[in-house]
Amino acid sequence: MSSRILTDGNGAASLGLKLARIRVVSAYPITPQSPISEKLADYVVDGTLDAKYIRVESEHSAMSCAIGAQLTGVRAGTATSSVGLALMHEVLGVAAGCRIPIVMPVVNRSLVSPWSLWCDHQDSMAERDGGWMQLYAESAQEVLDLILIAYRTSEDARIQLPTMVCLDGFFLSHMSDAIFLPDQDTVDSFLPPYVSHNFHLDPDDPMFINDLTPTSEFTEMRYQQAVAFDKAPEVLAEVMADFQKTFGREYSLTEAYRCDDAEAVIVTLGSMSGTGKYTVDLLREQGKRVGILKITSFRPFPAEQIKSALANVGTVGVIDRSAGFGAQVGPVATEVRATLRGKPVQGFIAGLAGRDISPAVFKKAFTRLLDNETTEHVEWLDLKEDALTLREVRS
Amino acid sequence: MLTMKSESKGLIANGVSLCSGCGLELAARIILDVLGTNTVIVIPPGCAALFSGYGSETVTKLAGFQGNLENTAAYASGIKAGFEMQGRGDIQVLGLAGDGATVDIGLQSLSGALERGDKILYICYDNEAYMNTGIQSSGSTPLSAWTTTTPGGKPVYRKDMLGIVAAHKIPYAASASVGYVDDLRRKVEKARTATATGPAYLHVHVPCPTGWGIKPAQAIEVAKLAVQSRYWPLYEVVDGEEYKLTVPVSKPKPVAEYLRLQKRFAGVNAQQLDVLQSAVDHEYASLMKKML
Amino acid sequence: MKQMQLQHKEPATDCKNTKRYYVGPVATEFVATKTGIWRTERPDVAIENCSFCGTCRKHCPTDVIIVEKDGDNRGVHFDWDYCKGCGICANVCPKKCIAMIPEAGACDL
Repeated sequence: MSSRILTDGNGAASLGLKLARIRVVSAYPITPQSPISEKLADYVVDGTLDAKYIRVESEHSAMSCAIGAQLTGVRAGTATSSVGLALMHEVLGVAAGCRIPIVMPVVNRSLVSPWSLWCDHQDSMAERDGGWMQLYAESAQEVLDLILIAYRTSEDARIQLPTMVCLDGFFLSHMSDAIFLPDQDTVDSFLPPYVSHNFHLDPDDPMFINDLTPTSEFTEMRYQQAVAFDKAPEVLAEVMADFQKTFGREYSLTEAYRCDDAEAVIVTLGSMSGTGKYTVDLLREQGKRVGILKITSFRPFPAEQIKSALANVGTVGVIDRSAGFGAQVGPVATEVRATLRGKPVQGFIAGLAGRDISPAVFKKAFTRLLDNETTEHVEWLDLKEDALTLREVRS
Repeated sequence: MLTMKSESKGLIANGVSLCSGCGLELAARIILDVLGTNTVIVIPPGCAALFSGYGSETVTKLAGFQGNLENTAAYASGIKAGFEMQGRGDIQVLGLAGDGATVDIGLQSLSGALERGDKILYICYDNEAYMNTGIQSSGSTPLSAWTTTTPGGKPVYRKDMLGIVAAHKIPYAASASVGYVDDLRRKVEKARTATATGPAYLHVHVPCPTGWGIKPAQAIEVAKLAVQSRYWPLYEVVDGEEYKLTVPVSKPKPVAEYLRLQKRFAGVNAQQLDVLQSAVDHEYASLMKKML
Repeated sequence: MKQMQLQHKEPATDCKNTKRYYVGPVATEFVATKTGIWRTERPDVAIENCSFCGTCRKHCPTDVIIVEKDGDNRGVHFDWDYCKGCGICANVCPKKCIAMIPEAGACDL
């Protein structure tokens, strides 16, 4: 039976890893993820988590330890944020290429420079082509639930891909919320003990993992990863259906909120989705036909779901919470635009480094769409006028 | 299971594409002979990666993993933890990394593993440069040695890696050389035993004919001269505090005799030789002060 | 749900001999490299002077030397498939009874 508890996104992430019965922890602290590294330490010391806590000296080592441990046949847990994820980058590729189904909470925070402690999606967007699945949570409940869903999907023999479960820094990680905490027995029935379907480290069954690969085989190994990504939407849907049966909560690769008869829809990722839905309700009361399409699974990219949800929608906007330099529009907008060939898709940028994406920001965006004022170019929704004159040089 | 398409006496195939006369090849065979099959090996890119294999083929019979250049110790720590949590803590986890991968880029992850007391065996094979990528200088390259990135001779003495390791106060650390194979063998055995209580570290001198400019046939002779000139003292450190010389050298040969056989020191003039001899004497004297 | 254009051949399976496949990089075959072809010279032991101390064997990087003091197989034997002709054995031999002689077919440089 579930219990109802008050916790925040970090608490939910820690509980998710604990319920998944990770046996090795290798987390390095970084704002705003640090409470996860602390909570897991508490669980190990108080005995509620039977795991070895490796007090790693960097995120690069955190992911390395997790990979090493998981290759021996146990679930290994780590979590990070921002520049910590960036520091892990090289090793993320090892987990992806060696098909190691690690599930890692990523507390979204901007990369540097400029230095910031606060929420945006630049960190996970920078990893979008690396071979990790990416799920984005709207609430603390989703953080916990998506972690369990991620384990089942990642570890499926048809998939064998690692997953990042992304939660917005501070907006989710530090925001208290009431969630349903499933009991361990029910989680165990949903998520059986870890079994590796692939190569492993065992003196009784020796093999040499991750040796140099010739050009004559590399393409095919990358293709193997692509085949898994291709199967991922189907497997995710299966797992989500089973999740609903077991725990009663419904998930899908995208969530369409009041899109059926909408003239304008904004595509969102993460906690901004909640504000988006709230604003939709306000605007609907004023007679405006608007909706929100929340992307839960960004990798694999839910092209079919996006196409079908927005089939009858006239104008689409995408709020990117990262800048996507050098491209016409931000990363999510780029991919949505490509999927919806021909339909006007306005790229927006907002909410960088913890700037709140408020109902006013959503209203501004919806107004743009409803007035058909869409362009090829990205619009920075919450930009201040004095953008170029922030720092006067005084002699 | 490995498909055995070749036979070999030991845990490494007799045909490995390491250079003729490679000091590492000899060291690795001795190390694995001592450790045995209940071992998992972690190898970073570098000369030792020749043991990992290419494509579907490998030349080692052990369970193994090729990591990145700087995180051998971190992978080893994670692997050890995973086995410990499954009641298989008896499995020896060995990291076999070169000087570049240890003394330079790998220093952080090694230090972390040593500080935590993770029960891994870390062996640094030191051929004194990034040899596999074509003889670039590392923090272990000797003073005045030619490398492709120190074509005028390295201007500074090598890092005292064993001193750094000793500062972590691990159960067992030692220097070794393929010039003294019995001493090496004994030390691998002691290191293996020590990993029951914490990390153990060996720093093994392995001459590289290709990079040092010596005849392959002279690899062992040169290794011996390194020890006999006191350039490469053979000692062990227990718990970071008890120092013991395992091969005393009472009548040291001049460093010049050691350098003479190596083309990488061909450009060393008389003054540089003096500086190098003084540095060797000084380092040795400092070391002797720590001895029991 | 549209699958991407399948360009690969699905692995064949039959009920009796269903094969499993690893995905990603792993070496599963133990195969030696024929390093013997590198040789330009090879060790030649003057067995009458040999003390069978085993120093050559102990220092051979490729571990291709067998030293047999007694019996029908008495002698110092080399695995010519793998011996690289490095010459360490000749260098370390305390009796100096190993000579490095040109490999048959190697040109005189």
